[in-house]
Amino acid sequence: MSCAIDAHDLRFRYPNGVVGLDGVDLHVTHGERVAVLGPNGAGKTTLMLHLNGLLTGEGSLEVAGLRPGDRELRAAVGLVFQDPDDQLFMPTVGEDVAFGPLNLDVPREHVHERVTAALTAVRMEHVVDRAPHQLSLGQRRRVSIATVLAMRPRLLVLDEPSANLDPRARRELLEVLDAIDRTMLVVTHDLPFAAQLCERAVVLSAGRIVADGPCTEILGDERLLADHDLELPAGFDLSRVADPLSL
Amino acid sequence: MNHALHRTGVAGDPASPIHRLDPRAKIVGLAGITLVGVSTPLGAWPAFVACALALAAIAALARVGPAVVWSRVRVILPLVIFVAAFVPFVRGGPTVALGPLSLSEQGVQTFALVTAKAAIGAWSAVLLSATTSFPDILHGLERLRVPRLLTVIAAFMYRYVFVIADEARRMRTALAARAYRPRHLGQVGALGRMITALFLRSYERGERVYLAMLARGYAGTMPRLAVLVFRRADTAFLAALALTLLPLRVLAA
Repeated sequence: MSCAIDAHDLRFRYPNGVVGLDGVDLHVTHGERVAVLGPNGAGKTTLMLHLNGLLTGEGSLEVAGLRPGDRELRAAVGLVFQDPDDQLFMPTVGEDVAFGPLNLDVPREHVHERVTAALTAVRMEHVVDRAPHQLSLGQRRRVSIATVLAMRPRLLVLDEPSANLDPRARRELLEVLDAIDRTMLVVTHDLPFAAQLCERAVVLSAGRIVADGPCTEILGDERLLADHDLELPAGFDLSRVADPLSL
Repeated sequence: MNHALHRTGVAGDPASPIHRLDPRAKIVGLAGITLVGVSTPLGAWPAFVACALALAAIAALARVGPAVVWSRVRVILPLVIFVAAFVPFVRGGPTVALGPLSLSEQGVQTFALVTAKAAIGAWSAVLLSATTSFPDILHGLERLRVPRLLTVIAAFMYRYVFVIADEARRMRTALAARAYRPRHLGQVGALGRMITALFLRSYERGERVYLAMLARGYAGTMPRLAVLVFRRADTAFLAALALTLLPLRVLAA
């Protein structure tokens, strides 16, 4: 069985000379939920764009047994972008969720099923005919997740899923994500969110992976976090994260 | 959310026979009424009355009340009427006196004609948008062989005009919060920079949206899920309009 993600010495430099990735080694097995932690500018989004073949750097990368350039890669990896207004570009929610499957040439009768199933998975089935601008940010973010779930990806990659959400929307999102049974890569600097959702964490700093281990262990290492411009909110008690949704 | 953009969208009874018509039938039918209205010469008032009656009947069937129609027509109509309002003063020929003013008779007739035509056009457009959601109108236009590029541009405009309007409002608030109140021309520079920033932001958003589209397998065509079905009711709607309006229009010529 192949790895969900198998990256070895992945390097990428933007045309303007900025180094995005500086030798990333990352191995993720199927079914894992991994938090990718790092400050702004660490290369988190660059890494994410590589997983779907939108950027290609040097070094070797295999995602779900596919190499960048394989047509199926786009279907195998579901990217959820940070700003739902970038992700949702169709006039209605239903059409937006159908966009991916239709591009994959899924027969129409199955597309309807997939749209309903994906929206139900994020508890948004009641907004299928609404326009994205009529939804709240939390709702739009959940619909964004549905747009990639409808493509039945093997790997789900989320970019800052909890950014700018109020506590209730954040909690709803956490519940929705926790119920999705899929290999997941959560790119974030919301450390409590990572602790609640993921069992494993890697720290990305200046284009390299500098730490990799159980999430609670990484987050418990104050020194490591401080070295890479990360910190837990004051008074956050890691020991209470044993049951992820008990907080 | 309180800007004019929200005075759009479907109104009336969504289950009415008009709302349930195929968008193509409504586009062709209402554009037809507009065409008849616009092409009818002065003096052929039965044709105008027929257009107005047809529109009133459609509005009644769709339960789109006069208040809704008026609030939307009001946005479009004043512009046309404003221009036409000068005609009675500048046209030559015999004049009539209206208090201290003297109006050209021909000019008054032209004004009435332009107003009637504009009103019928605006009323048709308002009824189309009040009984058909914008995505459905686009879908209908697509099936009527309007070039794909135009409908895709319109679709993106509809999706992002709200986002950009919101951004613009936030920027204006931010300017106002720093006591920006332009009093003379030298101070409008900040507005120019705001528009530049808005353009750049929209441009960057365009790039991100394109990435998001690629990530979901976009390969150059916008797929459609819904299927439009042209039913007997649609044929009946178009036939009824054609049978009442066309003879009058032909007689008027």
